[in-house]
Amino acid sequence: MLPTIVPLLADMNLWYALPLIVSVSLVCAATRHETIAPILNHAVRFALWIFVFMGGVMALLALMDWMA
Amino acid sequence: MVTTKIPAGFDPDKSDEMIEIDLRNPWVAGLLAWALPGLGHIYQGRTGKGILFFVCILGTFFYGLYVGGGKVVYAATDWEQQYRWQYLCQLGVGLPSAPMLIQRERVEDGKEPLFNGFMAPPSRDPQPSTDDSDNPATQPNELAKWIIDNHPFFELGTVYTVVAGLLNVLVICDAAGGPLIIRTPEKKKKKGKADKDGTEDENAEETKVSSS
Repeated sequence: MLPTIVPLLADMNLWYALPLIVSVSLVCAATRHETIAPILNHAVRFALWIFVFMGGVMALLALMDWMA
Repeated sequence: MVTTKIPAGFDPDKSDEMIEIDLRNPWVAGLLAWALPGLGHIYQGRTGKGILFFVCILGTFFYGLYVGGGKVVYAATDWEQQYRWQYLCQLGVGLPSAPMLIQRERVEDGKEPLFNGFMAPPSRDPQPSTDDSDNPATQPNELAKWIIDNHPFFELGTVYTVVAGLLNVLVICDAAGGPLIIRTPEKKKKKGKADKDGTEDENAEETKVSSS
């Protein structure tokens, strides 16, 4: 799966989203917990959520492009 | 002094253990958190979180500034056709973004901007430029030149810096009021019932204000 995703990320400049996702998920998680273990747990789940959401939007756009 | 108690575990609804946080003076903590991300938490003794916020927010802000060619943080001016509302979000980062206000004041007073134009608003004068074929061209103002020269990184850097400013708003709330605990509606219902019955839920978040 990774060999498929890496060129796709590079082609669409999506590498720039990674630092933003890491930063946003860590900060949001840290504003909801006080200790490191729950913060990291929440951050990982939140980051996965963002990836899934972005993937969904991408799939929708790709579908619309294909149908156009 | 203000303290708050929150559940310690991963799931607030299932956590029996509680953590008590000393928020000290929430107004001072909130102000410090705005001035420099993480400083409010360090003032409260929550050093680990303070360092996390400092690194994440300032890292995002300065990386955005770097990606955008150092031009993406400037305060709105009257002459721009499109109002630069993003600067209001960028101001959330606090003092690191404050030079843009000083630079705008200087430019509006007809003075030369400081620091070689760092965080200064763009000039409204036409700017020499080159097109995609390296032929000489003229842009109507400096903002148009920045956008064309740095596209798409001008927009990307703007997004980074705006997100950093908005994240710091969450951090200010955390410094002033403690972590935001989200409970499930079912638990809230039970808690409401317990309150009506005059009993106290052991896991309920509570804030205490003492006179010391």
